[in-house]
Amino acid sequence: MTVVYALLGAGLFGCGVFMLLSRNMVRMLLGLSLLTTSVNVMIFQTGRFRSQLPPIIPEGSEQLVNSADPVPQALILTAIVIGFALTVILMALALRVHGSHESVVTSEVRSAESLGDPILPEKTT
Amino acid sequence: MITVPAGILAVAPVLIPLGGAALTVLARRRQPLQRGIMEVAVVAQLVASVLLLVTVASGGVAVVTLGGWGSPFGISFVADRLGALLCVTASVIAVAVALFARADIRRRRRKAGFDALFLAMLAAVNGAFLTGDIFNLYVWFELMLVCAVGLITLDRRRAQLDGAFRYTSMSMMGATFMLIGIGLLYGEAGTLDMAHLSQVMSGRPPSIALSASAFLLLSGFVLKAGLFPLFFWLPASYHTAPISVAAALAGLLTKVAFYACLRVFVLVFGVAGTMSPVNGMAPALAILAAGTMVVAVFAAIAQTDVRRLLAFHVMCQVAYLVLALALLSMLGIAAAVFYMVHTMLVQAGLFLGAGAIARANRGYDMRRAGGLMSDRPLFAGVFALLAFSISGIPPLSGFWSKFLVIDAAFRHGSTTGAVLAVIAIVVSFLTLYSMSKLWTQAFWKTPVRKGHAAKPIPATMVWSVAILAVSSLAIGLVPDALLSYSREAAVQLVPAAVAESLP
Repeated sequence: MTVVYALLGAGLFGCGVFMLLSRNMVRMLLGLSLLTTSVNVMIFQTGRFRSQLPPIIPEGSEQLVNSADPVPQALILTAIVIGFALTVILMALALRVHGSHESVVTSEVRSAESLGDPILPEKTT
Repeated sequence: MITVPAGILAVAPVLIPLGGAALTVLARRRQPLQRGIMEVAVVAQLVASVLLLVTVASGGVAVVTLGGWGSPFGISFVADRLGALLCVTASVIAVAVALFARADIRRRRRKAGFDALFLAMLAAVNGAFLTGDIFNLYVWFELMLVCAVGLITLDRRRAQLDGAFRYTSMSMMGATFMLIGIGLLYGEAGTLDMAHLSQVMSGRPPSIALSASAFLLLSGFVLKAGLFPLFFWLPASYHTAPISVAAALAGLLTKVAFYACLRVFVLVFGVAGTMSPVNGMAPALAILAAGTMVVAVFAAIAQTDVRRLLAFHVMCQVAYLVLALALLSMLGIAAAVFYMVHTMLVQAGLFLGAGAIARANRGYDMRRAGGLMSDRPLFAGVFALLAFSISGIPPLSGFWSKFLVIDAAFRHGSTTGAVLAVIAIVVSFLTLYSMSKLWTQAFWKTPVRKGHAAKPIPATMVWSVAILAVSSLAIGLVPDALLSYSREAAVQLVPAAVAESLP
């Protein structure tokens, strides 16, 4: 089970990095959302695959015995929310860049780097 | 005097700006009110941070565990000497930026949400300084990023959108590395509380998982701090932001990433000691520091746009901090704390000064600027203090900071230490050259275009730059107070078991 999850995480991460290397902004943001997903898979494993019992102390006893680790699950929930929010922001930026530059290819979108550059000509409007 | 419980003070620097941000959103249709709320929140934050500093300096570490869960289980806020000092520094910068924004951030930018985003970013910065939980640190980093993106794209210009996309995508990548590192750390140590992690970690045998975790965290921090191989997003995005925003970003964000380095590597992994489970951190940090310094200072010399020039100096200054940390000695860590306060103040001040130069000269291009020394002598004097300070001329704070770092490097007693010290000295001279270039171009030279006298600079702009310049001068004239404080902060930061083995 651990190996399967490790391979799944690694595979998703690899796909994410591959897509991130693209010059197309839409591919980049899809790659980043794959990366965040793969990280969630990895964090899930840090709780180990021991048990499916919820972490609730049964009535009458004092100790939590043999339950699943709740912390990684809480971390993943937080990470999902943050990853989603950032992906949406990045999407909005990509949409705006498309609107203002009429391109989402980073080699054509150079207005930030040419602004005030000593060598490149400035082409801002 | 009214006494406030230390617990409330420890969360006040986060709660005040966060509450202020919510109020400014509610008041978004009434702009004077919105600005008023922002300014009141910023001043209240400064007062709360100073009270926190006083409490922490006299009464020791202030800890709050939210929700009443005990230390290793709950999420705690820990205000120690280092965190409190940096909160005060951040608040001083916030006051200066808010003052500068009176003249710089106009109707449209306020309508686009400057006040709310600025306050939320301050809350995130203070949260990162005060949190005691490593996952919580990641969350504050992300909040900072979201606010910074909103602030950079305030005018929705083409360059801003492009810069913000570069900034966001690279920062998300860095956050991903951090998150994997934190996940591995939890899987190995079973806790996220930094004080508890430090206890669990001391004396552990080195393992692949811990090394991977440490270096993944390092690469995340390196990316966010704008260090050598991963810095390209910084000079591609900071200069596109409105100048008040750029000043806040330059003064605060990269330093938060370095603060995280300090906290995580010194406290959690205990890399300064011989018993640390992670090897090879010192040479990695040394290479990062030396590489960043050399690349950044030469790139800065080549620039003609004031904002770009200063953006490269942001990187160069962070490299000095990393150099001090790479020594992994008590002196080095104390020097890093001292240097951080200096560089936050001066960096923000220089960016604000650049805004004033642009106001007077109608643009950021140094080649078209000139004549400010005769036309605006008061502002020229204030800016000269900052330019001298960043180059390390006595009696300003920059001199003491650089002196402490280089002194710690020579006292390290190793060849690496000596080589790093020599690089730091050479880079200081190149910084001086770069700053004197800025000075001769913008202040000394007669204006290129005849009949274009410098425009007046609003008084609020000069005052806000003066606040930061004078605090640099004050630190420089009375360095003892800050120096002894940062030594004690370093002692508090280094785990007791590690401190025994240190010189």
